Amino acid sequence: MSIALYRVDDRLIHGQVVVGWGQPLNCERIVLVDDEVRASDWEQDLYRMGVPPHMEVVFVSVDEAVARLPGWEADPRTAIVLMGDLDTAAALCDRCPQVRRLNVGGIHHRAGRTERIRYVYLTDLEAARLRDIAAGGVTITAQDVPTAAPVPLERFA
Amino acid sequence: MSEPLLGVVVSHAGVAQSLVAAVGAITGLGDALVAVSNEGCDPDALRERIAAAAGAGPAVLFVDLLGGSCLTSAVRLAQGRTDRAVVTGVNLAMLLEFVFHRDLDPAAAARRAAEAGGRAIQARVA
Repeated sequence: MSIALYRVDDRLIHGQVVVGWGQPLNCERIVLVDDEVRASDWEQDLYRMGVPPHMEVVFVSVDEAVARLPGWEADPRTAIVLMGDLDTAAALCDRCPQVRRLNVGGIHHRAGRTERIRYVYLTDLEAARLRDIAAGGVTITAQDVPTAAPVPLERFA
Repeated sequence: MSEPLLGVVVSHAGVAQSLVAAVGAITGLGDALVAVSNEGCDPDALRERIAAAAGAGPAVLFVDLLGGSCLTSAVRLAQGRTDRAVVTGVNLAMLLEFVFHRDLDPAAAARRAAEAGGRAIQARVA
């Protein structure tokens, strides 16, 4: 399993990802799937700052991720695939049937969302979106750090 | 710069609040720094939180880690502005330096604070 984690986290690359998950998974590559960041050199520099040198960071659009996913899966180096929003996650799950598990690591408060669990806030529409992804055969759990118990989708959406 | 600089300390959990309290306890200065936690907010909400704390005047934004949500939100706020500067790896020594040099422009104050913070880090081994 060279892609150890598919994660939705609106903070993208941050301590929980790099240290919390990266260390125990021996992660050597972070794939950040985000069309906006892919188009912004300075944002990529910003996200690279928090990543140790032994960890490769790859910035890709959704289209590029779909094309390159089989290669990363075949690569012996362990990777985390990171998405910042549910649109991106839905697109990737829809277009890549090999994505069978989705970790919701953090979708935080903003206007219109209500708290489902401490680190997951959703509108009703977003909750329905997650249930749709699950209906397509993807097992979705919420888990901010590996030491926490995974929370099944039914408990937050 | 006539208006004294404000320092905004941005951190995970309660680190910022504790650092600001420690500076107050050591110096007696209570209006030079404000604390912002990233607890429970997405990057847009954190940016709004930092912007509200910084107000309209010149400010230096001190963040805990080189990388992560605090840094990205702070840099986005400071991007292209000369009245904002960002310093990473906040520690008590750099904040103590900063609160006594709030008459500098943000870039100079940020550099001075970063140097003081760096000098404070040493490994003393036998």
